[in-house]
Amino acid sequence: MSIAVELRHIAKRFPGVVANKDVSLIVETGTVHALVGENGAGKSTVMKILYGMQRPDSGEILVNGQQVHFKTPNDAIDAGIGMVHQHFMLADNFTVLENIILGSEPHHGATIDFAGARKKVVDMAQQYGLDIDPDVLVEELGVGQRQRVEILKVLFRGANILIFDEPTAVLVPQEVDDLFQALEGLRAQGMALIFISHKLDEVLRVADEVTVVRQGSTVAQVKSKGVTARQLAELMVGSELPKPSTLGHTRREEITLSLKDVTIPTKTGSRDLLSEITFQLHAGEVIGIAGVEGNGQAELVDAIMGLRDYTGSIQFNGSSIDELSVADRHDLGIGLIPEDRQRQALMMTSPLWENRILGHQRSKPVMRGFVIDKKATIESTRTIMQEFDVRAPGPDTLAAALSGGNQQKFIVGREMSKAPALLVASHPTRGVDVGAQGAIWDVLRSAREKGMAILLISADLEELIGMSDRLLVMLRGRLTAELDPADTTPEQLGSAMTGAV
Amino acid sequence: MSKLVSKKFSLTNVALAIAAPLAAAIFSILISSLAVLASHKSPLLAYKTMWEFGTQAGSLMEAVNSATPYYIAAIAIAVTFRAGLFNIGVEGQLRLGALFSCYIGAMFVLPPVLHVLVIFLLAMTVGGLWAAIAAYLKVKRGVNEVISTIMLNSLAGGLSAYLLSKHFAVIEEGSNNLQTKQLPASAQFPDLMPLLRRIGIGDQPGGGVYGMFFVAVALGILFWFVVNRTRFGFELRASGQNPIAARFSGVNSKKMTFIALVISGAIAGLSGLPTVLGETHSYNLGFRAGIGFSAIAVALLGRNSAGGMAFSALLFGFLEVSSRSLELIDIAPETYVIMQGSILLSSVIAYEVVRRFKLTLQSKELAKVELA
Repeated sequence: MSIAVELRHIAKRFPGVVANKDVSLIVETGTVHALVGENGAGKSTVMKILYGMQRPDSGEILVNGQQVHFKTPNDAIDAGIGMVHQHFMLADNFTVLENIILGSEPHHGATIDFAGARKKVVDMAQQYGLDIDPDVLVEELGVGQRQRVEILKVLFRGANILIFDEPTAVLVPQEVDDLFQALEGLRAQGMALIFISHKLDEVLRVADEVTVVRQGSTVAQVKSKGVTARQLAELMVGSELPKPSTLGHTRREEITLSLKDVTIPTKTGSRDLLSEITFQLHAGEVIGIAGVEGNGQAELVDAIMGLRDYTGSIQFNGSSIDELSVADRHDLGIGLIPEDRQRQALMMTSPLWENRILGHQRSKPVMRGFVIDKKATIESTRTIMQEFDVRAPGPDTLAAALSGGNQQKFIVGREMSKAPALLVASHPTRGVDVGAQGAIWDVLRSAREKGMAILLISADLEELIGMSDRLLVMLRGRLTAELDPADTTPEQLGSAMTGAV
Repeated sequence: MSKLVSKKFSLTNVALAIAAPLAAAIFSILISSLAVLASHKSPLLAYKTMWEFGTQAGSLMEAVNSATPYYIAAIAIAVTFRAGLFNIGVEGQLRLGALFSCYIGAMFVLPPVLHVLVIFLLAMTVGGLWAAIAAYLKVKRGVNEVISTIMLNSLAGGLSAYLLSKHFAVIEEGSNNLQTKQLPASAQFPDLMPLLRRIGIGDQPGGGVYGMFFVAVALGILFWFVVNRTRFGFELRASGQNPIAARFSGVNSKKMTFIALVISGAIAGLSGLPTVLGETHSYNLGFRAGIGFSAIAVALLGRNSAGGMAFSALLFGFLEVSSRSLELIDIAPETYVIMQGSILLSSVIAYEVVRRFKLTLQSKELAKVELA
C-alpha cells in the first residue's frame, strides 16, 4: 500500500481564531481514514485546505508523494481529490446523469456526448456498487440516493481520494448501512477515503485508521482495531486539562429551578425531542447533564429559556415561568451561556461594548430607561475584561477579532455580571484553551458557593464529573439515569450515555 | 505601551476612513469619463459644465429639493437594512401615501400646522399599512419581503392610477392633467425663501427650497438617535446582525421584523410629500417616479448612516440637476445615471475591501495583546 495523502504540520489562522495549529495526517490508499474531533477542533478547516478551498498559512500537503499547492478546488480535483459535501449541491430539476456530468461535460465539439457519459456512469455505478437510475430527476430522489449521486459526481471527475464531510449526519440508519457498503466497495477498488465524523461508533465500524484532532492539533493517529470509543473520546477531549472539581456541598434548601414533565414533540410526530423531563435544581447546586450530543440537550436549554414551545411546566424560584418570554426569563435572573458562542451569543461585527448589551438590553447599567448608557456600558465592559481576563485592546474591539477562548470568557463575564440566580451553561469550556478553561471553572465554582444554581451541559466527561453535584444522563430526549459523580468513573458515565447499562 | 498601540491604531483608522471614499471617487470618475469619451466628448468639459451649472444658487436649491425625498426614502430603507431586511417597496408606499393624503387632506380645512401634521399622519398610515401587508406575509407565511414588496410596487402603481383616474381626480379649468383636488392653503408647507432672503439669497428661477427640508433633517437626527442609542434600535440592529443571537438574548425577532417593515413603510409614506406639499399641492399624473428606487442607492452609498445618507442624497440631487447642463454640450443627460451607478458600485467595493483590511489589522493587533 502506498500513501495517498500526507499532511505535514498544517496551520491556519483566521482573524481571531487559530483553526489549525499543527495538523498532520497520513492516509494510505485502499483504506478508510477517519478524522475525528469535537466541533471546532479544526476538522473541517483541514479538509477545506486539502480540497483547495483554503490555503494553509504553513505546512505541506503531499498527494501521492508529490508536494502540491492548491489554489482552488479545481486544482485539488485535477490531483484526484473529491469532496462529498454534507449539504448536497445538486440541481433538483436535472436528471441524475445531468447532475453527474454538470461542470465536466464530455463533448463532441459543441455538443454534449450524452451517450458516452451515460455509459461511463452506468459502468462506474456497477463497478462500485452504487446502483442508481441515471434518468430520473434528482428531485425525486431520497437523501441516501442524492448522496450516491454526489459520490458518482466526484468519481466521474476521476477522483481516487474522496473526502466525506460528516456523511451520516443527514442519513437514517438504513441509509447509513448502504453508505458504509458503498464505502467498502470504493475501498476495495483501491481508493483512499477520508471520513469526517464525531460519531465514534460509526467511525469504529467503518474506518481502518483514525486521526484525532483537538484544538487545531493532531493528538493521535491510531488503528481502529484495538481502540474503544471511550479512548477516542478521551483523546478528543484531552485528559491533561486542569482538573475540574468542586469542594463540599453548598446546596441550599430552596429550589431554584423545577421542571415537571417537560416535553417537546417533533413536528413529524415520531419520537419526542424532549420527553417528560422532571428534575429539581437547588440553589448552590450544579446539575450536570450528560449525553451524546443530539440527545435533547439543546432542546432542554431551549425549553428553559423559552426559545421553543413545550408542554409540562417549569418553575423558577417557586413560580411558573411557562408563560414568560425569553426576555422575561433573562430579566428574572436566568443567565445563559449558549453552546455556539459565535452564532448564539455574539454580534461578531460589533464592538465588545455593544455585545455587552446583548441579552441585557432591559437592565442597568447598560440602559437608562429606553436609552443606551454608552459610558456606563463601556465602563462595565472594561470591568468584565479585567475581571475575566479578556485579552483585547479595549471595549471598541470587534468581537470577531477575539480568539475563541477570549470570546467565551467575555460571554461568561457578561452573564455573571448580572449575578443570575440560575446559570444555564452549555459547553462553557468547549474549544477554549486550557488557561481559559481553568478560569471559567473557577468562576462557576465561586458562583456556586454564593448560591447560584448551575445547569451544566457538557460533552466533556471529566468536566461533568468534576463540576457537578449530581449527574443526569440524557438519551433520546429522556433522562435515563441519575448518577453520583463522587463514585462515577468516566467509563461508567460514557456507557450510561450510550444506554449500555 | 498600550497607549502607543492605540494611537497608531487610530491614525491607521483615519487613513483607512479616507482611503475608501477616495478610491471610490477616483474609480467612479474614471468610469464616468469613459462613458463621456464613448460619446466622443471631453470629460473635462463635461465636468466643468456640470460644475458651473450645478453650483448656481438656483441649481443648488433644486438639488436640495431633489435630495429631500431621496433622503427620507433612504431612511425608510435603512431602517429595514439595519434590521437585516430589505424594503424595495418604498416606491409603492410613498406613491399611495401621497395619493391618499392629498385626496383626504383636501376634503377639509384645519389650522395651518395641524393640517400639515394630519397629512403627515395620513401618508404615514397609508405607507405603513401598505408595508404591513409585506410584513404580515413575512412573519406569518415566511414570504420573502423583497419579492412581496416588489410585487406590491406593481399593485400600488396600478391601484393609484386607477383610483386617480376613476375616483379621486377633479377637472381643473384649463388643464387636462389628472389631479386630486388642490390642497387648501392650510395644508401647504411654506418654502424656505423668506429665510433664505434674509441671509441674502434672492429669488431664483425654479422656486425656493421646500420646507420639508427641515423635516428631513429632523428625521435624520431622530433616525440616528433611535437606531444607535435606544433599546429599540439596539434590538433592531441585533436582529439584523445576528438573528439567532438576538433570539437567544430575548429579542422577539418576528415582532422586530414586523415593526421594522411597518415603520419603514410609514417613513416611506412621508417621502412622497416634499414635492406635493411644497410645489404641486395635489397628487397628479406627473408625480415623480423612481424616488423609492434611487433611494436604495442613496442608502447603500450612505451605508445606512444618517450622515452618510445625507451626503449621498445631496450628491445624487446635485448630479441629477447639474447633469441637465450636459445637453448644452450635446451629451445625453442620462450620463448621470452611469455616474450614479459607478459611484455606488465603486464605493460598495471600496468599503468592503477596507472593512476586511481593518479586521485583519485588528486581529494582528490582538495577537500582540494576547501574547503580551
